Amino acid sequence: MAALEKTLRSVRRLFWRSTDELRAPLPIAVVAINWFLAFLLLSLLCVYSFSRIQYTWNWDSVTNYSNMFWNGWFTTVEISAVSLLFSTVIGLIAAMARRSGFLVLRALSRIYVETIRGTPLLVQISFGFYVVGTAFHVENRFLVGVTLLSFFSGAYISEIIRGGIESIGASQLESARAIGLTKFQTYYYVIFPQAIRVILPGLAGMFASLIKDSSLLSIIAIGEFTYNAQQVAGLTYSQFEVYVPMAIGYLVLTLPISLWTQSLERRTKFET
Amino acid sequence: MKLEVQSLCKSFGDQAVLRDIQISLEKVHTLALIGPSGGGKSTLLRVIAGLERPDRGRVVLDDEEIIFRERELHEHRKTVGTVFQSFNLFPHLSALSNITLPLEKVHAHSKVEARRIAEEILVRFQLMEHATKQPAQLSGGQRQRIAIARAISIRPKLLLFDEPTSALDPEMTAEVLEVIEELREEGRDFVLVTHQMGFAKRVADQVALLSGGKIVEYGPPAQILDNPQSETGRQFLAKILKY
Repeated sequence: MAALEKTLRSVRRLFWRSTDELRAPLPIAVVAINWFLAFLLLSLLCVYSFSRIQYTWNWDSVTNYSNMFWNGWFTTVEISAVSLLFSTVIGLIAAMARRSGFLVLRALSRIYVETIRGTPLLVQISFGFYVVGTAFHVENRFLVGVTLLSFFSGAYISEIIRGGIESIGASQLESARAIGLTKFQTYYYVIFPQAIRVILPGLAGMFASLIKDSSLLSIIAIGEFTYNAQQVAGLTYSQFEVYVPMAIGYLVLTLPISLWTQSLERRTKFET
Repeated sequence: MKLEVQSLCKSFGDQAVLRDIQISLEKVHTLALIGPSGGGKSTLLRVIAGLERPDRGRVVLDDEEIIFRERELHEHRKTVGTVFQSFNLFPHLSALSNITLPLEKVHAHSKVEARRIAEEILVRFQLMEHATKQPAQLSGGQRQRIAIARAISIRPKLLLFDEPTSALDPEMTAEVLEVIEELREEGRDFVLVTHQMGFAKRVADQVALLSGGKIVEYGPPAQILDNPQSETGRQFLAKILKY
């Protein structure tokens, strides 16, 4: 009886841990088993669903057009990488403008953020490309796409950055002022190093969204990943076969970002 | 130091915190500001520290008038060392970096030089073993001593302490007060806002009693603390000495 109880308890320990124990790293075996089970569960759900609709896979349509997928994927990587950089710069500028002593800047930043966040990206892209782009004779679709996407993400990023800056207590600013740091030095040596912990998780989420949102640029016929995949789907009448590499293609880009920020969060950690 | 304060007034909104402060002191090393909470002690200290701009009045420190414009105040703040009640240190920096940051970035010392200065003071304060620790790993008393170390590392012409022990328990209070007393013996000039009457008596050459935004009286500690002339002074001291 006691032996049975002991076995039951050790089985239970494979799957359950108290909150206190979770603060320390778990044994690798326990992690592996639980991750495996989670994957198994999801796979079963997938297999079951597809078996119910009795779908016949036709992978030739994908493999025959693999070039289009690769081209599209690389374009998406390019657009995302450039937009990621620009949107962070724009977000930083908008966040600083929002805190500026010059009131017109404050108002501009507020209008920018509220308009971008309050309207669909789809509308911004069509409007930006067909109206603004045409008016200023910008025909480079890549340039228009990157600009629109950067301004779109920049609005969200500025709010994330502003939240991070405002999380720093007034006493820190007072200490910085008392020791004679300039405004710029205060941001650089005191505010940002502390705010980065608050900013990073939100920023990672935003970067992942940005990569996925770049798919909307397909409506102005930029040959990025989604646009090309849809072309293939149209040519071969094979929706599902096209969606699988699409999902993987985006996941391959977003997952590293998520892992990277987690490690950054650990590295910038300090107790308060 | 020589301190001259004339007709100093400061209001926050419609609340007058300093009403016509007048002090004239010569050859004083240590000035203690005492008095009931909300009496204006901290605000006066912050004006002298260059952290608060008065509405009216003049402050002359060692024959140099403090110009209350941001550019001049910034320069002034570089020449004084201010220690607050708590949260002086930057939590993301080690104790050592907290001290070297202003040395390097504000006072243009080289990295090596800043480190040498900081370590010298840490050794003196017996805090060297904590040099690489972050503030959260230090006790309240150690944190305040590091803050004091930072304040003196820049060789300020004046040190300003705003209730440096109010957030500490008695044992830590003692370790911080010991450091301050040591600085006093070195002949450093400072202004100190405190609730520790015994300490004020021990270190101060001059004590000023503030209440209701006014200086009720000031003079040598023996006179102010043992034999206050004003009714407010007698009441204030009776109240704190009761417990």
